[in-house]
Amino acid sequence: MSRPSDLVQGTLDMLLLKILALEPMNGFAVSLRLKQVSGDVLQVSDGSLYPALHKLEQQGWITAEWKISEKGRRAKYYSLTRLGRRQLEREADNWGRLSGAISRVVKLKEA
Amino acid sequence: MRPERWFTKLSFWLRSLLQRRAIDQELDDELAYHVEARTEENIAKGMTSEEARRAAHIELGGLEQVKERVRAERTGAWLHTFVQDVRYGLRMLRKFPGFTAVAVVTLALGIGANTAIFSAVNPILFEPLPYARPERIMMIWGIFQGARSQVTFFNYRELLQRNHSFDALAIFQPWQPTMVGTDAPERLEGQSVSYGYFRSLGIEPALGRDFQPSDEMYQGPHAAILSYGLWQRRFGAVPSMVGHQITLDGNAYTVIGIMPRGFENVVDPAAEIWTQEQYNPANLNDTNSSEWANHLSLVARLRPGVTFAQAKADIETIARIPVPEFPRPRWASLRLGFVVDSLQADITREVRPALLAVLGAAMLVLLIVCANVTNLLLARGAQRRGEFAMRAALGAGRARVIRQLLTESLLLALIGGALGLVVARIFVQAVVALSPPNIPRLNAIGLDRSAFFFALGVTSFIGLLVGVIPAVHTSRGDLQSDLKEGSRQATGSHQFTRRALVVAEVALALVLLVSAGLLLRSLTRLFAVDPGFDTSSVLTMQVQTSAQTSSSPTGDRAQFFKRALENVQRVPGVESAAFTSLLPLADDPITGLYGTFFEKDGGAPLGGGYGAFRYVVTPDYFKTMLIPLRRGRLLAETDVATAPHAVVISESLAEGEFGDKNPLGQRVRIGGFPNWPWYNIVGVVGNVRQDSLAGTHLDAVYMTPEQSWYADQAMSLVARARGSSTALIPEIKSAVWAADKNQPIVRVTTMNALLAATVAQRRFTLILFEAFGIVALALAAVGIYGVLSGSVVERTREIGIRLALGAPRANILSLIVRQGMAMTALGIAIGFGGAFAASQAIASQLFGVAPLDAVTYAGVVVLLAAVSVGACWLPARRAMKVDPMAALRYE
Repeated sequence: MSRPSDLVQGTLDMLLLKILALEPMNGFAVSLRLKQVSGDVLQVSDGSLYPALHKLEQQGWITAEWKISEKGRRAKYYSLTRLGRRQLEREADNWGRLSGAISRVVKLKEA
Repeated sequence: MRPERWFTKLSFWLRSLLQRRAIDQELDDELAYHVEARTEENIAKGMTSEEARRAAHIELGGLEQVKERVRAERTGAWLHTFVQDVRYGLRMLRKFPGFTAVAVVTLALGIGANTAIFSAVNPILFEPLPYARPERIMMIWGIFQGARSQVTFFNYRELLQRNHSFDALAIFQPWQPTMVGTDAPERLEGQSVSYGYFRSLGIEPALGRDFQPSDEMYQGPHAAILSYGLWQRRFGAVPSMVGHQITLDGNAYTVIGIMPRGFENVVDPAAEIWTQEQYNPANLNDTNSSEWANHLSLVARLRPGVTFAQAKADIETIARIPVPEFPRPRWASLRLGFVVDSLQADITREVRPALLAVLGAAMLVLLIVCANVTNLLLARGAQRRGEFAMRAALGAGRARVIRQLLTESLLLALIGGALGLVVARIFVQAVVALSPPNIPRLNAIGLDRSAFFFALGVTSFIGLLVGVIPAVHTSRGDLQSDLKEGSRQATGSHQFTRRALVVAEVALALVLLVSAGLLLRSLTRLFAVDPGFDTSSVLTMQVQTSAQTSSSPTGDRAQFFKRALENVQRVPGVESAAFTSLLPLADDPITGLYGTFFEKDGGAPLGGGYGAFRYVVTPDYFKTMLIPLRRGRLLAETDVATAPHAVVISESLAEGEFGDKNPLGQRVRIGGFPNWPWYNIVGVVGNVRQDSLAGTHLDAVYMTPEQSWYADQAMSLVARARGSSTALIPEIKSAVWAADKNQPIVRVTTMNALLAATVAQRRFTLILFEAFGIVALALAAVGIYGVLSGSVVERTREIGIRLALGAPRANILSLIVRQGMAMTALGIAIGFGGAFAASQAIASQLFGVAPLDAVTYAGVVVLLAAVSVGACWLPARRAMKVDPMAALRYE
C-alpha cells in the first residue's frame, strides 16, 4: 500500500486524532476504521502508521495503555487526551478553511 | 511550549533513557499484535496461514525498518544515536590503530605548533602593551649619521616647554647603582628618569607616590621607586619601606614608592629601581657639560585629541626653529629633525622580521597538516565503501551515515586537539626557554586560547568536510558493486586529489627546508667571521664601583682598579689580564660612540668627525685578547698621566681617515669638546667587532686609564687562562675583592659564551625553522607513503598481469618508485617558486648568503629526493612481492 494520494503528514495526524476521538483503539483497529469510514479511499500504510502514532504520543495528544483485546491478546490502546482534543479542533478548523478555499476555486465557472 | 507538553516530553525522554529495553519490548509486542491481527484478517479473506502471515509482513514493510522509524520519532532519539555514533566511532578508531595514530599525531603537531607560535608571537607583536591607551605612547629619537640617536637634557627641556601635543614627556637612561648591605654587594639594574616617565606609560605606583618636578632639584635629596619584585626580594615586602632610606652608591635615597605587581617596564624589562634625573639647569651655556651630551632616550604620551601626525609635525617645527632660550650646540642642533615611533613598534623593531617569519613557517606547517589529514580521510573513506554500502542496504538513511561520519571526524579532531594542547604547552615552554634575551615582553607569553581554537577549528573543519565526502559518494553510487568490491580494494576515487595534495605537501616542505637551510648557512657564515680577537680561554667579569668614588683618572676609583689588576695578575693560571671600559660583544647598556676629530681636518667639531668606540684599556689588553698590531706600537705602562697622551686606533679608522698614508704621529681629539686634550696616534690595531659578528661599526680608539679624562665606573676584566678558564673564577674574584670587598662583580662569563649569546636570536629562528622543516619532511614522507600504498593496492591486478606476463620483479619496484618520485619531482618544481618568495621574505635574517643560494637549494632537493625514495620503498617492495595468481583471482 502506498501513501494516500496528496495526504500530507499533518493531515494524517488530524485523521488519526479524529479516529481516536471516537473511541480508544489499538493501531490495527485505527487503520481498519480509517479505511472503513473513508470508503477505502484513505489507506495508511502500516509502515507510516506506527511512527505517526508514536509521534502523537510523544506530543502528549494521545495517551496509551495496555489492555486485553476482544481476542484475549495484549494490545496497546490509544486514546485522545484533553490536549489532543484541543489540537484536533484547531486542525479541523484549519482544514475546513483550506478545503473550503480550494473548493471555491475549483468550482469557479469556466468561461 | 506549554508546561504540560514540556512535562510530557521530559517524562518521555527520561523513560526512553532509563527504560530503554522495556520500551523496545513494548514496541515489539505492539507490532507483533498488529501482524497477528493482519494475519487473521487475511486468513478470514481466504489465504492460507502461511500466505496470510507473509502478506501481513509485506504490508508492514520490513519490521526492522518500521521499528527504526518509530525510534527516530522519539524525543531524545538524537542523543541516543549520538552516543551510539560516538561508541562506534571509537571502535573504528581502535580498529585501525595505524590510521588513528598517524592522524592524531599529525593533527596534534599542526594544532600544537600553531597554537604555541601564535601564543608566543601575539603578546610581542600584536597585543597592545599593558598600559592605558598604549597606542598613544611614543618614542622620540634624534637622527645622527642616518640612524636613530639619543638626545640631550636640554633638548628634552626645550621639547617639554614648547610642545603642544603631549600630556607627558620624559627622558630615561640606564642606571646601575650598587647597593651594599649585609650580603655581597649587589649591582642593581635600574633607570634614571624624569618625573613624567611613569605618567607617559600611564602607570602609578601602587604604594607611595610618583616622582615630581621638585625631586629633580640639582644636588637635592635623592628619591627612589622600587619594583614590586625588588621590594619582595630584598626588603621582605614590608609596607613601611615607603619613607625608608637605603644607601645606593654611598648616597642616601628615600624610597618614595613601590610599583604595582605585574608592572612591565617594556623599554627595560630588567629594571628594578628608578631614580630621578638631577641635572643642572644652570649649565645651559656650558656646552661641555653632560646636560648637552647625547645620551638620553625620550618617551611621550599624546594629549587626548592629538593625532600621531599632528604631534610629529609639532616637534618637527620645534626642531626646525630654534629659540634663544635654548642655544643648541652643533651636535644637538636637531637640524635633521626627529624620528617618532609608537612604543610598541619601537621595541619590536628588531625582532619583528624574525617572528613574522616564524609565524609564516607555522602556517605552512598547518597547511601541510590539513593536506595530510585530507589524504588520510580520503584513503580511509575509499576503504570503507563496502561498509557504507552494507549500512545503506540495511536501511540506514543517507543522513544517518553522514551524521555518523561527522561524529567520527569530530572525535578525531577532539582527540587530536587534546593532544595538540599538550604539544602546544610543551612547545610554548620550549620557545620561552630558547628565546634570545632581547625579545620584549617575554613574561607575557602564555597559552593563547584563541590561537588554539583557531587551529582546532581549521583542522576540524577540514576533517569534517573531507570525512563526509566518501559517504556522500556512496549513497549516490551503485550499492551492488560497492558491496562486491568489499573493503580491501581502495578504488580509484580521489586518486587525483590525493596525488595533488601530496605534490602540494612536497612543495611546502621544500619551502620550509630551503628557508631553514639558508638560515643554517647564515649562522655558519656568521660563526666564520673573525671577531678580531681570540675568544678561547678568556674569562671576563664586570667590576662595578660606586658612583661615590672619584672619577678623576688618579682618584681612588682608578687606584682600586689598578690594585685589583695587580692582584689578578698574580693568580696562578692567569697568563695575562687587563681591564677595559668596553667589552666587545657584551651588549652593555651603557656604551657610546664618541665623536673623533682629527687635527688635519680642523680638529674642533667642524668637519664630519667619526663616531668611534672609546676603549679605556690597561696595556695588557691587546695581549690578553690577542688583538693584532698593524703599525706602530701598543699602549704601554709608560703612558701615564704626565706623558704625552697616546692613542691607538683601529684599522678601519686609519683607513677611513688616512687611506694608505701613515697615521702615526697625527693628532686627534676625542669627544668633540673644543678645549679637550689632543692625543697622538701611536699605533694601529686590527678591527674588533663590538656589537655583534655581523656588526659593521669598526672604528675604535684605545687609551690608557691614566690618560683618559674620566675613570669609568664599571670596568670589565678580561683574563686569559693557561688551562680551563672557568676554574679560575673564584680565585680571580677573591683577588678583586682583596682590593676592595665592597665592589659588586657581575656578568661573570667566558668570551665564548658571550659570542654564542650574540647569535641567540638567529639560533632561535633557525631552531624553529629546523623543527618545522623536519615536521614538514616527515609529513610529506607519510603522505607519499600513503598515496603509494593505496595505489599499489589498487593496481594489484595490473601488477599481477605484468608479473604473469614475465616482467622481472625489479621492474615493478622501479614502476612504483618512479610513480612516487614523479610526485616528488613535480612538488619540488612547483615548490621552487614558493621557495624563492620565502627566501626574499626572510632576506633580512640572512647573513653572507644570497637568497638564491645554489648550495642550499641543491642540498634540500637531494634531501627531499632521498626521503621520498625511502617513503616509496615499502610500498614498492610490497608491490614486488605480489603473487600473480592471487592477484588475478582478486576480483
